[in-house]
This record gives sequence, C-alpha cells and structure tokens, in this order.
Amino acid sequence: MWEAFKQWFHRWGSPKWFYERSLVWSFWLGWGAMILLPIGIVWGLAFAPQDYQQGNSFRIIYLHVPAAILAQSCYMIMAVAGFVSLVWRMKMADVVLKCAAPIGASFCFLALFTGAVWGKPTWGTWWEWDARLTAMLILLFLYFGVIALEAAIEDKITAGRAAAVLSLVGVVNIPIIKYSVEWWRTLHQPATFKLTEKPDMPVEMWAPLLVMVIGVYCFFGYSLFLRSRNEIIERERRTLWVRELLAKEGKV
Amino acid sequence: MNFESLNEFFAMGGHGLYVWLAYGAGGLVFLYNLAAPKLKRGSLVKRLSQQYRREKASQ
Repeated sequence: MWEAFKQWFHRWGSPKWFYERSLVWSFWLGWGAMILLPIGIVWGLAFAPQDYQQGNSFRIIYLHVPAAILAQSCYMIMAVAGFVSLVWRMKMADVVLKCAAPIGASFCFLALFTGAVWGKPTWGTWWEWDARLTAMLILLFLYFGVIALEAAIEDKITAGRAAAVLSLVGVVNIPIIKYSVEWWRTLHQPATFKLTEKPDMPVEMWAPLLVMVIGVYCFFGYSLFLRSRNEIIERERRTLWVRELLAKEGKV
Repeated sequence: MNFESLNEFFAMGGHGLYVWLAYGAGGLVFLYNLAAPKLKRGSLVKRLSQQYRREKASQ
C-alpha cells in the first residue's frame, strides 16, 4: 500500500508523465467548461428571475461569485503546490504554482471589477474600503508579487522557492477574506454559498450560479494545463522526449 | 424567459450598462486565459525548432 502510494507520488514528479496525462485531463475539463459556461451564462442572464430589490443588476452575481471563489481556490492550490515544492522538491509543483498565478490574478481582477460595477447601482459607490474588498485587493497584490518574483529571478529553482514562500505566507489572507464579512459587518453581504447550509435564495437563482462555479473550475483546470504544458516544454527542452514531441508535430 | 423582448433583455431594467460592462470584462478575462497560452505555445515551438536546427547544423 505504502509502496503503491510512493510510486504514485513519484510519477507526479515526472514532467513527461504529467504532460501526457494532462492532455487527457484538459480534454475533459475543456469540454466541461465549453458546455457548462454557456448554459450558466444564458440561464443566469435570461432565465433566472430578477432580484426583488436589486432588479437585473443582480445578474452580475453569476460572474462575480464564481470569479471570487476561483481566485481564492487558485491561491490555496498555489500554497499547497508551494508546500510540496519546498518539502519534496517536486518539479511539477513549481510548474503548477507558476502557471496558476496569472490565471488567479485575472480572476481576482474580474471579481474586483464585477464587484465595483455591481456596487455602483447597489451601494451607490464603485469602491469602499470595506474589509472584504480590501482583503480581496491584497489578494490581487499577492498574485502580482508571485508573478513578479517568477519573472525577476532568472534561476528557475530559486524563483520557484521564492514564489513558494510568498504563496505560503500569503495564504493567511484567505481566511481573512472568508471571515471578513462576519468579523467586520461594514458593507459586503455574507457568503451566498455555504458548504453546510442550503443557500438563502430560490433554486432558480442559485442553480445557474452552481453551474457557473463548476464551469469556471473546469475552465481554470483547462487553462492551467495549457500553460503547464508550455512551461514543461520550456524547462525540458534539452531532453530527448521534448525533441521527439516537437519533431512529431512536424515543426523540426 | 424572464424578458418580454430582446430590447428589454439588453436594457436589463435600466441596469444594462452595469450588467454588460461586467460580462464584457468577463469575456476578456476568459479570452485572455485561452489566447495567452495558445499564442505562447506557437512562439515556443517555433523558437525551440529553430534552436534544434541550429544545433544540428553546428554539429
């Protein structure tokens, strides 16, 4: 049992194995995203009932909440990858950490942007130094920090370690984002989805939201593996299997 | 369907500007996350192919 686990774990360290498996994973994730996202968007924009207080501006929720959930999950994935990279020196963990950062940053930006656009008609302001908004802005800067470290340090191993440390340190911000709406009741409303309770809205409203959240996760996985494969080719360019792979594509 | 007509759908009960601004930004973010890795792949394959060819020629 332990041996089997060790073998499984070791395979994760192999760039070639990861590259080949990720083709299968991203195939399914890509299809999942391509089916779920259009369904969720059309359902949320055109079919879900409007909110009795906010009217139709509430439809921004179908982008805002999935983007915010993804931005936080992505950072937690980076922290786990950073831990694995620091403790076991696993190459693939470095690759995943580096490739996840720009995706997480873009969705963090989207969460902030859609929040501002939603805030204007709802709260009467684009921005307020509310606890959750501020913590989310800090998350965006943490993403920028990881991206900057990866870009600024030439040596891949040193860059990987620096990014891993920042990911691990920055992850304390995640529970702050989560509980900010309960600790400081300033402006932002509490969570829409909780793992333990039924959502506080009718099913016609939260079902498309759930579809969007799952679709955005699929999209994230798809994009992450696209980026990871590029990064693997770049890092392993001197190996025979990468040469053969590119030759097979008819480019050499 | 929650809307009577297409015009009503685009107007979003007076909140059209906000809703479409948010979804426009969303479209750009999704597009970026698709296009950036695919473009990178193209330039990477091209660069490495040239490098391999150069190495072969100098051998």
